[in-house]
Amino acid sequence: MKIQILGSGCAKCNQLKESAETAARELGIAFEIEKITDFKEIARMGALVTPALAINGKLKLVGKVASPEEIKPLLQQS
Amino acid sequence: MPSIFTPYEWFARWCVERVFGLDPATRLGSSLEFFLYDVPKVLTLLVMVSFIVGTLQTWFQPEAVRRILGGRRRFFGNVAGAGIGIFTPFCSCSAVPLFIGFLKGGVPLGVTFSYLIAAPMVNEVAVALLWGLFGWRIALTYIGFGVALAIVGGIVIGLLKLEKWVEPFVWEVPLGAADVETMPLRARLKEGWRSMREIVGKVWPYVVGGIAAGAFIHGYVPGDLVVRWAGPGNPFAVPVAVLLGVPLYANVAGVLPITEALVGKGMPLGTVLAFTMAVTALSAPEMIILRNVLRPQLLAVFIGVMTAGIIAVGYLFNVIL
Repeated sequence: MKIQILGSGCAKCNQLKESAETAARELGIAFEIEKITDFKEIARMGALVTPALAINGKLKLVGKVASPEEIKPLLQQS
Repeated sequence: MPSIFTPYEWFARWCVERVFGLDPATRLGSSLEFFLYDVPKVLTLLVMVSFIVGTLQTWFQPEAVRRILGGRRRFFGNVAGAGIGIFTPFCSCSAVPLFIGFLKGGVPLGVTFSYLIAAPMVNEVAVALLWGLFGWRIALTYIGFGVALAIVGGIVIGLLKLEKWVEPFVWEVPLGAADVETMPLRARLKEGWRSMREIVGKVWPYVVGGIAAGAFIHGYVPGDLVVRWAGPGNPFAVPVAVLLGVPLYANVAGVLPITEALVGKGMPLGTVLAFTMAVTALSAPEMIILRNVLRPQLLAVFIGVMTAGIIAVGYLFNVIL
């Protein structure tokens, strides 16, 4: 499973990355995580507000630092 | 005059006299009373305002805003953009994706700017602090002038037809679409609660530190010193306050309580309003980030229009009050 964190690299993006990693690890999902900091790429994926989280290339969360508990169902659905 | 803050006054007075055994007329006593009155009052307002705004914000997700503003004409579009900006404060790190997304979504450049000016300027922290420190009239005045400035600034930038100074890649990015989630009211309130905790958690040390500094000024700095430097007699106080405000991004919570103490000693309120606007709307990090999508010429026009507007607001307010 590919998890992408979209954002210009501010503190919130790092928090979201940690949450996503924790969630995936606790669910025992094999994943790779990638940070996208290029504004063109962020816009292309459709995020208007950062930080954002995409799973397998599809935007799932926009503009908030979600907790691992909130990210888990998104991972399970994907 | 009794108000909703009367219990806070009573609490501060009681602490100073009974708990610390100090006379509120002494320097230490008056500093302490200032601190014990302001901290609970401002934090209460911050909790309230950020919860309300955080909840309202869920109705104005960026995708929804883009749909509302897309293809709007001048003036009405600017008014709508600036108005919506009241409810949607955002982190400066989102300025660029928003800018690209709005332009690509058919929102005119001037309308995009109205939104980009109003959203960070009229934010819950600034409004809660102005309300707590200077009263609700000043907070409303700030919102009113902020929105007016966003409307005028956006119209001016729209009339100048500066699309040519937007970095070309912005027009070339293919635009992805995100699903807009519909939320039940419960989820919106939860979102407001989360947003409130995030903001208060981040801002409270600045509030306490700023009020402590303000309390010191209140008790110990002589008034004539303030009046000489920042008083009505100094015609350059407004532009100097604006220049000082630019590098102080995100510290509006720490610096406003200091200005409260200065106002108590004779600094005019218009200077404070201009200063607050400069802190929130002309932040250096946001300008650096906007440089990604704006040619230097357009960035200069933006900064110029904003600086002139904010200084004008400061003078205007000092004259009418």
